[in-house]
Amino acid sequence: MSLIVNGLEVPAPADARVSLLDHLREGMHLTGTKKGCNQGACGACTVLVDGERILSCLALAVQYDGRRITTIEGLADGDALHPLQAAFIEHDGFQCGYCTPGQICSAIGMVAEAKRGVPSHISPDLTAEVRLSREEIQERMSGNLCRCGAHNGIIDAIRGTVAAEVGA
Amino acid sequence: MSIVDTAKQTAQGLMQGALEKLVPLAPDSWIPGGVPDPLIARKHGLIGSPVSRLDGRLKVTGAAPFAAEYRFDNMVYAALTYATIARGRIAALETAAAEAAPGVVLVMTYRNAPRMAPPPAFGSSPGGVGPADLPILQDDRIHWNGQPIACVLAETQEQADHAAALIAITYAEEPSTTSLTGAKANGIEQALFMGQKLLNEIGDPEGALAAAPYRVDQVYRTPRHSHNPIEPHAATLAWIGDELVIHDASQMVSQQAQTMADVFGLKAEQVRLTSPYVGGGFGSKGLWDHQVIAAAAAKLSGRPVRIALSREGVYRTVGGRTLTEQRVAIGADADGRFQSLIHTGLAVMTPHNAMPEPFILGSRATYAAPNILLKVEVARMNMLANTFMRAPGEAVGTFALESAIDELATELGIDPVELRIRNEPDKDPISGLPFSSRHIVEAWRQGAARFGWDSRAPAPAMRQEGEWRIGMGCATGTYPYYRMPGAEARITLTRDGDGVRALVEVAAAEMGMGTSTTTAIVAAERLGLPLDWVEVGYGDSAIPGAIMAGGSQQTAAIGAAVIAAQGALVAELLKLAGNDSPLAGLSVDEVGCDAGGLAKLDEPARRESYASILARAQRDSVSATRPGSPPLELMHWSMHSHSALFCEVRVNAVTGETRVSRFLGSFDCGRILNAKTAASQFRGGIIMGLGMALMEETQFDERNGRIMNPSLAEYHVPVHLDVPEIDVIWTDIPDPHTPMGAHGVGEIGITGVAAAVANAIYNATGTRVRDLPITLDRLL
Repeated sequence: MSLIVNGLEVPAPADARVSLLDHLREGMHLTGTKKGCNQGACGACTVLVDGERILSCLALAVQYDGRRITTIEGLADGDALHPLQAAFIEHDGFQCGYCTPGQICSAIGMVAEAKRGVPSHISPDLTAEVRLSREEIQERMSGNLCRCGAHNGIIDAIRGTVAAEVGA
Repeated sequence: MSIVDTAKQTAQGLMQGALEKLVPLAPDSWIPGGVPDPLIARKHGLIGSPVSRLDGRLKVTGAAPFAAEYRFDNMVYAALTYATIARGRIAALETAAAEAAPGVVLVMTYRNAPRMAPPPAFGSSPGGVGPADLPILQDDRIHWNGQPIACVLAETQEQADHAAALIAITYAEEPSTTSLTGAKANGIEQALFMGQKLLNEIGDPEGALAAAPYRVDQVYRTPRHSHNPIEPHAATLAWIGDELVIHDASQMVSQQAQTMADVFGLKAEQVRLTSPYVGGGFGSKGLWDHQVIAAAAAKLSGRPVRIALSREGVYRTVGGRTLTEQRVAIGADADGRFQSLIHTGLAVMTPHNAMPEPFILGSRATYAAPNILLKVEVARMNMLANTFMRAPGEAVGTFALESAIDELATELGIDPVELRIRNEPDKDPISGLPFSSRHIVEAWRQGAARFGWDSRAPAPAMRQEGEWRIGMGCATGTYPYYRMPGAEARITLTRDGDGVRALVEVAAAEMGMGTSTTTAIVAAERLGLPLDWVEVGYGDSAIPGAIMAGGSQQTAAIGAAVIAAQGALVAELLKLAGNDSPLAGLSVDEVGCDAGGLAKLDEPARRESYASILARAQRDSVSATRPGSPPLELMHWSMHSHSALFCEVRVNAVTGETRVSRFLGSFDCGRILNAKTAASQFRGGIIMGLGMALMEETQFDERNGRIMNPSLAEYHVPVHLDVPEIDVIWTDIPDPHTPMGAHGVGEIGITGVAAAVANAIYNATGTRVRDLPITLDRLL
């Protein structure tokens, strides 16, 4: 049984109680994925599984046999930051930096959802093509808490990069 | 608090009182800041421009290490068990099942914990930053519902969590006070804050109020709040020889190291505490029981320990802002001038701490009035020790004061902006001191124009679009300029090719305010070096001095220490330069740092580079360490920051839901050092203020003293959809009497915000809400 984390195949933990989050942080020493509440309320632990965003604190590592998991450590291309990472710096989309990896992974997964036509709570039409207005992005990112109050910068960073293609 | 502590506080208060009488009379030039910092006059360069934070790359790649991300070989994981009664003692404790559980290394309770001194409570000694004057895991006493009473260490976190759940406790409950009514019935005392009474009285405030033709007299209530940094409190620590090494999440690095040394009977240098990255703090990232328990368990087990509190654990053991009940009464004449200003009320604290939420602080110097009464009293409750939370005092005090002013404006039929400007004081109304820098009227005028304040409906409930009622409100925010003593800076220049690199070390903390970046910007300007040749060391108790990321004073404290260290460095360089240098014969006062070297101030061509001085002296580096000047400027001038806040809300007529649609903060905070990170501090404070206005409350069960919503699912903070685009502007007028001309900007942002929202809601609906948070039910 194994997981593929940032392109590398790694064994699943022996203890079935270990969450994907704890396996990443304590088992693999990939501490870029953060623990904020351990109960799915803050979004700090968001990672991408086969391109979809999930809360890794609510996932058991052993459930992800054979799945491709991307964490914040897997987004940059060598020294070249992912455009969204660079935009977070430019727009000051963080202060303490603790919710940041989750915000970034969540935004990438969020845009993929929009491209697949997944509506949100505030979408005016459930069947129409999704256009990511500022408000749509705000709604779809509301599961990722930020207590420093970098919300404006986060949304600006997303709008200027990954959401530009499906922007409104 | 014991009688000894009260006496000590009183003595400190008397000493402070004597200084306060003498320092105002001294000539300006004797006072730090009496001669303006030369940096204020330098208008070119990086200061004030938007500079991206230097640790940005580490944070966006997940590479910045936080406290729970350090590792030691052979490390074990801790889990805590928390008491479920408010007061009493442990009658029976069953730990055998936990001890026998798989992977368990240690179960530690008061029965086997090492003997430790109680941490000196905050304010009781220069380095003491304990949460309360209570022993930790030393006896069977329970002092609050949620107190840690057992610690399990195990090979994995899962094993530790499981075993902690197997500990069975029987309690012998004792009478406790967990209701506000009960606390008041037990007795109300005058509050002492930092050794001084929270009491100011001038003239005959009650008489003047009664005689005034226009008046408001209302009670405002604010609930408990929790800081909720997204990083839960954590520490990874080990005993290495007789040294305790702690990787902590701390906004008071040196003071926490000192307090841990006190607890374990060590010398200060035997505790090494590092905290380079802190995932938010807002006042909460200090010393609480968990670090002491983890260090004790590490000592007992002989294993390094990681203690990472669960979110519930944070609510049980890390205190928040306490509740307040405040009366504000203002009497005014017909043209709106205040004749009487009364701001009094009650805050709740515990029998074991000394943090009366000082909600009158912002009322001392904001408005002129010939008759003033400001007073905080406290009642005590058996609960977790409350503590500092962003703008302690002002955040909740401005809600009451600025709501009352809006009510008075309605009574008078005067525009609330105009009413505030009409009551501008020309000197500090309480102390009589001159203001060091005060441009709040400019902030009001600029903010009002930019926000479009003139389009506000003068009477409430005038604008509606579909279901949405629309209104505008405003409020003043205020926070003092502080500078705490104890800061030191060490500047080291090291040759690198033809140039030098600078290392500036300060025992400061960085929770995301941008301190390390701002310190580098300022040091680069002072030393005449490019930004990328300056490195800032911080967050390490091995660095000399003690600086606290609190009171919005860290930037000033660092600034003054760097000024002192720079002076010493220049003296040292001149000495090294010797008689063969173009600078030969010049004194420290005649030279300055410029473009990578020293130059004569009035003859810049007479110069020598740092690298050249060091090379001739056959030195690789030169270093100077100095403390900042004593902060006497605080007693010589009345020093404050201000903001003019404008809010537009939309309140749903059917559901009572409030949406903040626009917000503008216009700030008067001296010179802004980094436009990018300062704007983020302002916005961050404002957003926390929106949470305070509309949703935040730590719910406390008055039957048993237990916090009822100990999670981020049930304690609501603003999320992305709650936060509009927030406009921030600033006067950027330097305060001539502070380092760099700057004021701290970490706390001013939250002040006044809740009132601006409440006032906008009144304008939209005609409903005045005086109890926070303003939830939907209050508007139906």
